Amino acid sequence: MGRGMDPSRKRAIRLVVALTAALLLASALVYTSFAAGRDELTASQLLKRAKPGQTYILAGTVLNGSVRRTSSALFFSVRDPKLHVAVPVRYTGEVPDPFAQGRAVLVDVREGGPTGFIGETGSLTTKCPSKYQAASGSY
Amino acid sequence: MAYVLVLVVLAAAIYVITGPLRATRRERTLNADRIQVAELEAARDAKYGEIRDAEMDLRTGKLSDADYAAIDQALRAEAVDILHRLDQAHAAERMPAREAERIPSGS
Amino acid sequence: MADAGHVLLILGLLSAIYGLVASLYGARTGQPEWVDSGRRAMYALAGIAAVSFVILDVAFVTSDFHYNIVASGSSTTTPFFYRIAAIWATQSGSLLLWVLLLSCWSSLALFLTRRRVRDIVPYAQAVLFGLSAFFTGLTVLFANPFAYSAVAPPEGAGLDPLLRHTTMMIHPPMLYSGYTLLLVPFSFAVGALISGRLGAEWIQVTRRFALAAWLCLGIGILLGARWSYTELGWGGYWAWDPVENAALMPWLCVTAYIHSIMIQEKRGMLKVWNASLILATGSLAIVGTFLVRSGILSSIHAFVSDPTLNISFVALISVMVIGSISLVVWRREGLKSDARLDSLFSREAVFLFQNMVLVALTAVIFWVTFFPLISEAITGTEVSVGPPAFRPFVVPLALVVVALSGIGPIIPWRRVTAGKLRRNFTFPVGAGLVTLIVLQFVSGVDRHVFAYLMFGFGTFVVATAAQEFFRGARARAAMTSEPVPIALTGLVRRNRRRYGGYIVHAGVAIALIGVAASTSFQHQRTATLRPGQSARIDGYTVKYVRATAGATAQKISLGAVLSVSKGGRHVTTMQTTYGLYPSENPTQPIGRFFNGSDESRVGLDAGLLRDIWVVIDPNVTPLQGLISQGDAKLSTALAQAESLPQGQQAKALNVLYSLRDIAIQELTRQFVTHPWSAQFLMEVSPLVTWLWIGAIIAALGGLIALWPMAPVGTRRFGGPSGRRSEPTSRPTEPTEPAREAELV
Repeated sequence: MGRGMDPSRKRAIRLVVALTAALLLASALVYTSFAAGRDELTASQLLKRAKPGQTYILAGTVLNGSVRRTSSALFFSVRDPKLHVAVPVRYTGEVPDPFAQGRAVLVDVREGGPTGFIGETGSLTTKCPSKYQAASGSY
Repeated sequence: MAYVLVLVVLAAAIYVITGPLRATRRERTLNADRIQVAELEAARDAKYGEIRDAEMDLRTGKLSDADYAAIDQALRAEAVDILHRLDQAHAAERMPAREAERIPSGS
Repeated sequence: MADAGHVLLILGLLSAIYGLVASLYGARTGQPEWVDSGRRAMYALAGIAAVSFVILDVAFVTSDFHYNIVASGSSTTTPFFYRIAAIWATQSGSLLLWVLLLSCWSSLALFLTRRRVRDIVPYAQAVLFGLSAFFTGLTVLFANPFAYSAVAPPEGAGLDPLLRHTTMMIHPPMLYSGYTLLLVPFSFAVGALISGRLGAEWIQVTRRFALAAWLCLGIGILLGARWSYTELGWGGYWAWDPVENAALMPWLCVTAYIHSIMIQEKRGMLKVWNASLILATGSLAIVGTFLVRSGILSSIHAFVSDPTLNISFVALISVMVIGSISLVVWRREGLKSDARLDSLFSREAVFLFQNMVLVALTAVIFWVTFFPLISEAITGTEVSVGPPAFRPFVVPLALVVVALSGIGPIIPWRRVTAGKLRRNFTFPVGAGLVTLIVLQFVSGVDRHVFAYLMFGFGTFVVATAAQEFFRGARARAAMTSEPVPIALTGLVRRNRRRYGGYIVHAGVAIALIGVAASTSFQHQRTATLRPGQSARIDGYTVKYVRATAGATAQKISLGAVLSVSKGGRHVTTMQTTYGLYPSENPTQPIGRFFNGSDESRVGLDAGLLRDIWVVIDPNVTPLQGLISQGDAKLSTALAQAESLPQGQQAKALNVLYSLRDIAIQELTRQFVTHPWSAQFLMEVSPLVTWLWIGAIIAALGGLIALWPMAPVGTRRFGGPSGRRSEPTSRPTEPTEPAREAELV
């Protein structure tokens, strides 16, 4: 920008550069989010859509009475928030401290044959126990 | 016991909240003068801070000599103006009470 | 007392409503006594909130389980310290804490401005009352902390074990203080826009509150990170979790605001930007509060929602956002800058650019955090984006912010000359380059490009701060003939905002060096070990020496003692435990002690160069058979005992509970006498300690910047206009305030 340039023209150029940079950032952000994001599926959605070899994010609540540990794995079922459906999961890896029956979880799963779904190692996350208790489902 | 506590808190709250509404005209006038003095003193302090900041910027290489001279002159002129107004506000605050009462509000 | 507490909250709500009406009435009719009365209503609200808080805390301390929140959040076995703090581990208790802090900080702000900015204060007061009425109204109508049951349960549910950590008790009051302090400059900005008094006065009277908010939010975020690192058992301190981001976003925005207001104070520029920024920051504070309570986003520590509160919060946020935009648009003419940007290579331009990057960072975090909801609104399906979605944007933007935080303090105002560039930049740039060159010889460092650059930029920032301290001390010593150490303390004492800020910059740079090193060069592994077995990680050998176990009525601990060595030399001995807390399942009289809540006690050996971190997951499956047998037998025995006549029942039950406790002790001891393999998660993280050290340095810098100066009458003033003070052999500064004769 030369010394002799009109100040208002300088301001206009700066504004255009700033807006262009903002637009580029926003576009990159939107594209990356939609491209990299994966759908969170409830138990019923997972049972409908699951294909062998693909990984999905299963979201739901740990079914009361479904938690069982063996020396090699953790077994639990994740129930659908609205329908009377639950999906059995076999999981290995770190189990978050807050994990327990009745708590909301997210876990990456893939089809594991007749036994249900297999959780990807280290993918299990759990919502904290509720400080702000809402009535839990009875299923 | 619980009701006594509530009544005490209620009474205290009412007393505190209605305090300004129970103030006399003279107290309100004095308060208005004090407010003006406080505003000007704050403006003065802020201006001193700006003058000191500008000098610090000069000494640490953040301002050129020419820019500093212009800024310092402008700031000191503003400070002088504030000091004049502060002197007038102090004088108004020291004015005898009955003179203050004779002056109609808003003037 | 519960009824009294609820009545007090109603009184508080009425005070808030009165204060709002009185403030506006006083402003519209020009009767300042009504505005003053309104201000005192805020004092009254603070007092009422404090009394209510004390009533509730006494209930927690005395374990009065008639109160529902005491029964749900505490127990007779909860340690005293956690009982005091458990009040804000509940929805209604935390809302009461919000009311208390908001009313206290508002009272302080209104007291300090009782004789200032009289045009602005009534409207600012009204906004603060509106917000206070909102939160007080929530406690009165929807989340009554004094809700009461006629029949008290014999024991409370207790505080969740994960929250039994000192940092977790201080973390919420710090965050809430940050949020409520942010609402002070927010309210004064609204007041300035409504009254049309658009100079820098509203900024000057609220600047300290913005800085205090920055400090409190920062400490709250740091405490949360520390809790995550030492308590949660996953080995990290930041997960880009929505609840974490909820506090980070307003913190970033207020960081930008604290810098950009300097430009308005000095040059009368960026008025629209500053007003918009603080209005957005205040709104983000409420958005953050909403996010934590709403449960609308899946989070490792978000909480289940109450729909009534959600609707209320959404309504408030909408009013704040729409109102803010409307006010700025309405006053856009009055917000025009007094000056223009002289050059892109100037301090003003650098501050502006840094602001834009900080806002961009906030926008990125906001978008990715809320993306599951955005995607659901657009596509009908909730889409999950984890931490990898943040890094491509956050890391480069953070690098730019760090670089600018080094450039900003040393670049001149208005325009830079070649001479000034050389003089001010040679040392810091040299220090940064030397760091980068030296690191070339450290194996593998330059392969992690962003970490490598962060080390260089961080060194540049620290060198900048050091240079500024050196030059400032030298200049003051020349002016006052003081020895340099005395000149240094005098320098900081008289320029707290500036030099406190430099300390903050250095602290943040050091902290980010710690972040870069610990994330890019961390080693992590999982190993399943029996006592006597070892695993290797990053050149260290971690040997499982022996198992440990303990059992009380509140908790079962299963743990391990580990020995760490390197190159045959013993480095440290560590202990990690896994805590099992009982559930309330009556059908498993023994099993419930093994299948309730869990928490990890991390084994940590922290050092200046590296941390070694270990947790155990002991897996009680081998005991399951014995536990099930015990449950069956004890359930039968308990049923039989409960059918006995009254006089014999208590004795029989006592015997059975004693046997149960013995059984639990024996089962727990099995972990030591017949230890089975346990899973260990191990980490070696370089320079993590510098994250905490840097954060503490930044906090200290913030405190220094926040500390008020002595009144003018006790301060010394500089020399005459137009001349630099010549160095003399003894101090010559006048001790009384400067007068007109000295200024011309």
